[in-house]
Amino acid sequence: MKNFSQIFKEADNKIAGLAAAPGIAIAKVYLFMKEKLVINQGTITDVIEAQKNLEEALTKSKKELNKIFALAAEKMEGTRASIFEAQLMILDDPVLKSNILKRIEKEKKQPEFIVHDEISKYQRRMSVFSESYMNERAHDIEDIKNRIIRNLQKKGWESQITNNMIIISDTLTPADMILFSRCNVKGFVTDHGGLTSHAAIISRSLNIPAVVGTHNSTSKIEDGDTVIVDGFHGYVIVNPNEEQLDFFKRKAKKLTELQQGLLKLRDVPAETTDGREITLMANVDVTGEMDVVFTNGAKGIGLYRTEQILDELIEFPTEDEQTKIYANLSSRIYPDTVTIRAFDIGGDKFKILDFTEPNPFLGLRGIRLLLKNKPLFKTQIRAVLRASKEKNIYFMLPMVSTIFEVREAKALIKECKEELKNENINFDKNLKTGIMVEVPSAAVLIEQFAREVDFLSIGTNDLIQYLIAVDRGNDLVADLYQEFNPAVIRTLYHIINGSYKEGKTVSICGEMAADTLAIPLLVGLGLTVLSLSPTTIPYAKRIIRTISYSNAKQLAEECLSFSTEKEIIERIERFFKDNTITRTRNII
Amino acid sequence: MIEKIVKICNKAGLHTRPSATIVKMAAKYESDFYITKDGMNINGKSIIGVMTLAAEMGSELKLTFDGPDEEQAAKEIINYFNRGFDEL
Repeated sequence: MKNFSQIFKEADNKIAGLAAAPGIAIAKVYLFMKEKLVINQGTITDVIEAQKNLEEALTKSKKELNKIFALAAEKMEGTRASIFEAQLMILDDPVLKSNILKRIEKEKKQPEFIVHDEISKYQRRMSVFSESYMNERAHDIEDIKNRIIRNLQKKGWESQITNNMIIISDTLTPADMILFSRCNVKGFVTDHGGLTSHAAIISRSLNIPAVVGTHNSTSKIEDGDTVIVDGFHGYVIVNPNEEQLDFFKRKAKKLTELQQGLLKLRDVPAETTDGREITLMANVDVTGEMDVVFTNGAKGIGLYRTEQILDELIEFPTEDEQTKIYANLSSRIYPDTVTIRAFDIGGDKFKILDFTEPNPFLGLRGIRLLLKNKPLFKTQIRAVLRASKEKNIYFMLPMVSTIFEVREAKALIKECKEELKNENINFDKNLKTGIMVEVPSAAVLIEQFAREVDFLSIGTNDLIQYLIAVDRGNDLVADLYQEFNPAVIRTLYHIINGSYKEGKTVSICGEMAADTLAIPLLVGLGLTVLSLSPTTIPYAKRIIRTISYSNAKQLAEECLSFSTEKEIIERIERFFKDNTITRTRNII
Repeated sequence: MIEKIVKICNKAGLHTRPSATIVKMAAKYESDFYITKDGMNINGKSIIGVMTLAAEMGSELKLTFDGPDEEQAAKEIINYFNRGFDEL
């Protein structure tokens, strides 16, 4: 029987990418072309319905703008704020709106076409004038036009995506992923993005096979094609032949059997052969994935990414709304704990309109943005405190780079506690507060940081990005994003030791913990808490239960002496061989 | 009906912020308000219309007010133009 490499070698209908989320999917595709705005010029039959859709798109656009503004408000004084205000006013422009509504009725064309045509008229008028003078305004009008059209189309997408499809797109945002996860999507393929892009992370947590960074899948695949997504090897096969279909159907079946076997591990501890117990916790992105947390046997939630709430709710969530979400989380996970990370917005995670930073990853993100936007931050702190009655909530600060930030955040937490006390509201007075260690400055000063907080959690995605100075979303330099770079391993070692020296717990919540190859090394470096995508927990547990801590420790010590990533990977692969551990991709 | 020729006297011209202010002022009144420049007639209650009007420093516009409260409307808006949109 043929194996994977033979199948791939013979296939002239394959597209190579990065293996972002394990699994095999075979299904028809839906080409999701959102970056290129394609305007549907078709005619309509129901004028009332079309006009209603327009009103809804305008309302939704207004809510989105309000949320963006709430986030950026303090930094966007004066002129920028007025541009935002002007965009909002365009959504209410009586002349524009009545012209569009009238034309829908008269011409019976798709509202997105009328909106595009009508606003473009104004844009054409502007383009006659000298460019520099009108440029900024032209950009604002383009922005608002696209926003309205996107919101009109979103309704269309939702109705077009039938169940059980594979989504092909240039990029996918967390908001897109949520939209798709509700349609029982079978797989994802993107042109751009690396292994730590949102498309990759969320696919893993939803247990949906994904291949990212394929460069050209959107131009090579057409609507209606059938594809195979191999999320283990990072290949997409377009319109497979009989032999390929047979092969992958067999592999998919074997995989299902294997996964069912792994689920039996749910109730056994993740313990090494020499009795060291490792706590495997879940990283949670989408509130709907709580069931996955339980079925995979996670011991609590090691990272709850609250940015998700911002994506799901169109408007900025109020204190009450947040309290409800966090309290629900706390009671569902009880008696285990949940670590709630403060909004990590900015960078690539939440694009704030009209707020383009030349270097977003080095700019206003994480704790920096929160401290500059105190009312917003306090809303979240108060909500976390109010939800903490069961004492199983931990609170974690993202992107900390100086001690001052920790102290300032702690002062705000104290302030919120005082307020709640005065309001006679119950909360956990000893709410455990910790930080993400993901900026090199925090890693270097780990002992000083450890003294300030109750716990620490290593965010490997950003740590590696900042340590090696490589943009994790840029597939041109993706090969430099090295999880096993000796500098990364030594930094992890330094962080773990420093935290223990101060008597603080330290865990890891980056995607590295989900890499089966990394697990013996992480255990060997001394970590006892790993937080990972829930669906990868059984795989990690399987490995932990076959290794001994003393062997892993020896492995880690050796790896600390190497000077290239290659040596480290080869050493770990030898460790897998010596301990007869097979990686999942080699079992099926 | 009131007609008045005004001159843009601030450096940045009729950019986004004053456009928004003018539209908000006009919205308070029942009277129609039109801006004419180079033969183009713009409804002064439409932000997108006013924003896309290229009126640099020194250019002349004709303002037309027509309706029951045209006098107050004209007074407030002409005044705002004369103040150089409070940017002088």
